[in-house]
Amino acid sequence: MGRYKVLEDMAFADSAFEVEGQDLNDLFETAARALAELMVEPATLETSIERPIGLSADKVDLLLYDWLSELIYRKDRDREVFPEARVRVSGTGPFRLDGTVRGGVIDRTRTALRADPKAVTFHQFVVAPVDGGWRARIVIDI
Amino acid sequence: MTVATPTLRTRPVGDCIWEIPPSEKPGMRVPARIYASEKLLGQMDRGVFDQVTNVACLPGIVRAALCMPDGHWGYGFPIGGVAAFRTDTGVISPGGIGFDINCGMRLIRTRLTESEVRPKLRELVDALFHAVPSGVGAHGFAQLTNAEFRRVMVEGAGWCVRHGYGWPEDLEHTEGRGCLSGADPEHVSVRALERGLNQLGTLGSGNHYLEIQVVRPGGVHDPQVARAVGVDGPGQVFVMLHCGSRGFGHQIGTDYLRRFDQAMPRYGISVNDRELACAPFRSPEGQAYFAAMTAAANTAFANRQVITHRVREVMASVFARDARELGLSVVYDVCHNTAKVERHDVDGEALEVLVHRKGATRAFGPGAPDVPDAYRTVGQPVIIGGSMETGSALLVGTAHAMAETFGSTAHGAGRTMSRHEAKRRVHGGRLVQEMEARGILVRAASKSGVAEEAGFAYKDLAAVVDVLHRLDISRKVVSLTPIGNIKG
Repeated sequence: MGRYKVLEDMAFADSAFEVEGQDLNDLFETAARALAELMVEPATLETSIERPIGLSADKVDLLLYDWLSELIYRKDRDREVFPEARVRVSGTGPFRLDGTVRGGVIDRTRTALRADPKAVTFHQFVVAPVDGGWRARIVIDI
Repeated sequence: MTVATPTLRTRPVGDCIWEIPPSEKPGMRVPARIYASEKLLGQMDRGVFDQVTNVACLPGIVRAALCMPDGHWGYGFPIGGVAAFRTDTGVISPGGIGFDINCGMRLIRTRLTESEVRPKLRELVDALFHAVPSGVGAHGFAQLTNAEFRRVMVEGAGWCVRHGYGWPEDLEHTEGRGCLSGADPEHVSVRALERGLNQLGTLGSGNHYLEIQVVRPGGVHDPQVARAVGVDGPGQVFVMLHCGSRGFGHQIGTDYLRRFDQAMPRYGISVNDRELACAPFRSPEGQAYFAAMTAAANTAFANRQVITHRVREVMASVFARDARELGLSVVYDVCHNTAKVERHDVDGEALEVLVHRKGATRAFGPGAPDVPDAYRTVGQPVIIGGSMETGSALLVGTAHAMAETFGSTAHGAGRTMSRHEAKRRVHGGRLVQEMEARGILVRAASKSGVAEEAGFAYKDLAAVVDVLHRLDISRKVVSLTPIGNIKG
């Protein structure tokens, strides 16, 4: 399972993460978890829905940008947040993501709210292979 | 992964004016200017210097890339960044506007005094918290069809007034009368429409707020101008709101940042920071973004207008008096995340430029275009939001701002520490209790969000305002102190 940490010395008013995964699938799944945990306390979200998601992009970093943007869009449109994801990232350019996300609808009477992300930024945005996996740096505008 | 930033030589060129010459970074077309006292300059993080010099490299920029005294590390432009680009050869960049297009401030006066409000303050704050939804997943009370929402994109706050969500005179006291020209829903994605459709009348989260404020003794700095903008004196209660275009604007920013990122090679443009992705203003991409961005700006005016309507309803109910009897008129509504076509004097020539203001407020002086008749002799009101603990300020624009900063000034206090660091230092629940003991009632959708917005995470607003006053890019009129706060 991948891991992420908050980068404190970037973009004071926003939220920056460094995400690591053993492969691209793990990286994308971990980035989705980081985003969900930025929005709500996952333990207070009743996991009740599963949605299929399919995306494609010319480059792997744009695929990650589109992936997180898709999750932010669904948060606003449907009030749905997805702490869990199972995805398969394939291709060498263009890249494709297929998978499912699991989560729940924000219930304002029981879900502990955190921040309301506006967008994924390109500020210092990096997706790169590292020893033993992949790493990404992401700044979310909140 | 750390980002190495070389030290950039920053030299004083006037009282509270610092300049980084073009020789300091390859590609700089103009100098970078930072407006700050020595102390505020010392509090600025390294991102400010790196980002403002990156802005100075963009095609078509004129005179200088500017950063206001509340500047801090943003994405693309620094927060507090101002830059003007020739409309014929220059660019437009979503990173110079922000995802929250037309995030802005609105100030509403009342005829109420603190002694009248205090006994009902908890009831008022609770009622406002319920009437103006905030935080993640909030939907507004106004249920619009797709066709109606498209009208909002074009008509802005005027649509609200025509549908009973405001008074005609509200428009007169809104920047651009609450409706910027050039909006075109054809350049807005379905996704943007879907994100924004249910959010009219919502506050958002982060540093957005709805606040009950009071003028304290000693808070009136310029009695004559204060009277002109509707401030009677100490004890008077005001309502201030800070919010923007919500998910609608955020999606437009996302869509076009992605599009510009891929379009730049076609125009031979390269940027130091990918978040500065841009396109020539006169290109199809540039014009499409301008039309969509303006649509978002108009929905933000509409959002603040609908919230104003809800504030009037709530206050009329709580105080059992008609909103007009309570004197709930709009002092002014001003943007701080926009790009607007304006005419400014550049090297002795009246040049049409696209002024990007990101976390920077328009500050037009007396007699300037678009300043309401009521304020023509004193200048356009400038509303500067501080932290929820320390208060906010009302200033007016100046003639000197027109000459020095393209008619621009600061927008807030400016952060000095990360959100994470603020949460580590204080628990949101405890901060709410401490603030209540000091007479400030807080209702928030997110406790962690309260901690992130603690007063100690921001610069001293008075120090920022003093620099603006010293620079004469805006003049301080009134300080406002919070007594009730609704947050996301």
